[in-house]
Amino acid sequence: MSATRAAAPPAGRVAPDTRAGHDERGGSTLLRHLALTTAAAILLVAVSHGLEPFRTFQLATVAAYLCATAGLTVLTGLNGQLSLGHGALMATGAYTVAFCQRAFLDRSIVAGWTLAVSLLVAVLVTVVIGAVIGVAAARLRGPYLAGVTLAVAIVVPALTVTFDGVFNGEQGLSVPVEPPPAALGPYFPYERWQLWVTGAATLLALLLLGNLVRSRFGRTFRAVRDDEVAARLAGIHVARTQVLAFVVSAGAAGLGGALLAVLAQSASPGAFSLTLSLFLVMAVVIGGLGSLAGAVWGAVLLVALPDLTHTLTESLALPPAVAQRMEGNLPLALFGIALVVVMIAAPGGVQGLLSRPGRVLRVRWRTRRS
Amino acid sequence: MEQGLALHHIGVRFGGLTALDDVSLRVPPGAVVGVIGPNGAGKTTLFNVICGFVVPDSGSLSLDGAPLRPRPHRLTRLGVARTLQGTGLFAGLTVLENVMAGATCTARAGFLSALFALPGSDRDERRLRRHALDILDDLGIAGHADAAPGTLPFAVRQRVALARALAARPRLLLLDEPAGGLGDTDIAELAELIRQLPRRDTHPCAVLLVEHHMDLVMSVCDEIVVLDFGRVIATGTPDEIRDAPAVADAYLGAAVDEETVA
Repeated sequence: MSATRAAAPPAGRVAPDTRAGHDERGGSTLLRHLALTTAAAILLVAVSHGLEPFRTFQLATVAAYLCATAGLTVLTGLNGQLSLGHGALMATGAYTVAFCQRAFLDRSIVAGWTLAVSLLVAVLVTVVIGAVIGVAAARLRGPYLAGVTLAVAIVVPALTVTFDGVFNGEQGLSVPVEPPPAALGPYFPYERWQLWVTGAATLLALLLLGNLVRSRFGRTFRAVRDDEVAARLAGIHVARTQVLAFVVSAGAAGLGGALLAVLAQSASPGAFSLTLSLFLVMAVVIGGLGSLAGAVWGAVLLVALPDLTHTLTESLALPPAVAQRMEGNLPLALFGIALVVVMIAAPGGVQGLLSRPGRVLRVRWRTRRS
Repeated sequence: MEQGLALHHIGVRFGGLTALDDVSLRVPPGAVVGVIGPNGAGKTTLFNVICGFVVPDSGSLSLDGAPLRPRPHRLTRLGVARTLQGTGLFAGLTVLENVMAGATCTARAGFLSALFALPGSDRDERRLRRHALDILDDLGIAGHADAAPGTLPFAVRQRVALARALAARPRLLLLDEPAGGLGDTDIAELAELIRQLPRRDTHPCAVLLVEHHMDLVMSVCDEIVVLDFGRVIATGTPDEIRDAPAVADAYLGAAVDEETVA
């Protein structure tokens, strides 16, 4: 191999069989991604046996948020469409799963598969809503797009209060969820079951998103983000691509919201406020815009930061009124500060920082090989 | 049947301004046709009409005898590709990905196939990658396949833009000021490249060239169309154009004036 490389002229024309480097991706994308997903699943199961119930539940929450951040990073990072309304799309998924589960219960259909069906319906409903918003979004740019999605973020929680006959107002709807299957034994921790369910759904979503990002659609998403005129001349239907990105992203956010509702066993407007939408954007930016691995860091932050501030305010022994106010606002402030610091110090986000040494090594290795 | 691209009596007005007035021209298969003219003569508008970015107020277009109502994203499927002034490369894509994106019209993998990473999607991607590498190889820049366009010298970026346009396997290539920002050596190489395009064994293509650089236009074109204030004031071979008095008055004269003012 190195002999043929050395025989190739140093610059200019390169003989076809020596231009490897790209053939490293010659294998099956699906097998590669399945291997990654399986490894993550095994790790998750192993970890779920070692964690205390509260941490297990937190990890399950990370998984639920991860669906939403992964979807958002595909939309904003890869396709260049900023959405401040993904919290509302999560709410759509959450309420859909609530309606479905309650409908199953009303008809006394109690089985393990009902949850899977409910989650699927939640994704489908959010995809439809996402398509409607996406069609509008494809006609808008920059601040106008941000404005419309912001309106969605504000309107959807308000709807749940306005039509409180259907959505039960601020209280929200309870989400009946089956206990772990009997086959797992009578003392199987409920939190571990929650982690397995959300983990499985999230890994499936990540697998599909990963496939898409690696495919020609991921490429057209990025091409449209970089230069719309050039994309059109390259034969890409820009509006259709933007709607597709929005739909995919919405589906992932819907699943995330649905999983969150299943975890909390309730869907209420308070869980999907405007603040959540803003948090999601900050999380994907801090994690590393446009990378699914970055979305993982973002989701971890979404759960870890409020937890950290809680620990902090408790340790300070503040008067209860002050502590309560701190706890409500401190995460937002911390997120804001983190965002500013990341933007200045590492525009590639956490993932950019982490992958830099790896990339440098890879480049060095490759140049030494050739 | 009239082969190649033909514009019949195209007129474009922007408000009170007449950008193109009764412009007719033909690009037969295998020809290199140049469009020259002073700034504001309507050259870019002409390209935008052919690409569907501007809808003409009057006149019509035809491609191989069939009426053409261009829309930008459909163009490559009709066998027409265009480069942009200043490359217009996708900054976030590698050189290879840029060229692969140019071949979008030949991509077959559907959404579900891509979502589930079915073998068909992989096969299609491998085919596109091979195709793109072949083109980069032809243009002598395969060594830059994995580079980000922003890290490359301008002359290489221009070639990447050309490769991206060629990836669609066009029968007609529209080049929008390809020599802009290039040095003399690069322009000489570019001229050689353009001359070869209609004579290639595989996928030869006709060229319609908008360019300021007179030497390049004179050396590569079979026919030159001169625009001034949106009108065709002369059409002919490079020799005929060089000797046409109207051209010297309107175009070369103006250019000299500009230079002396600057």
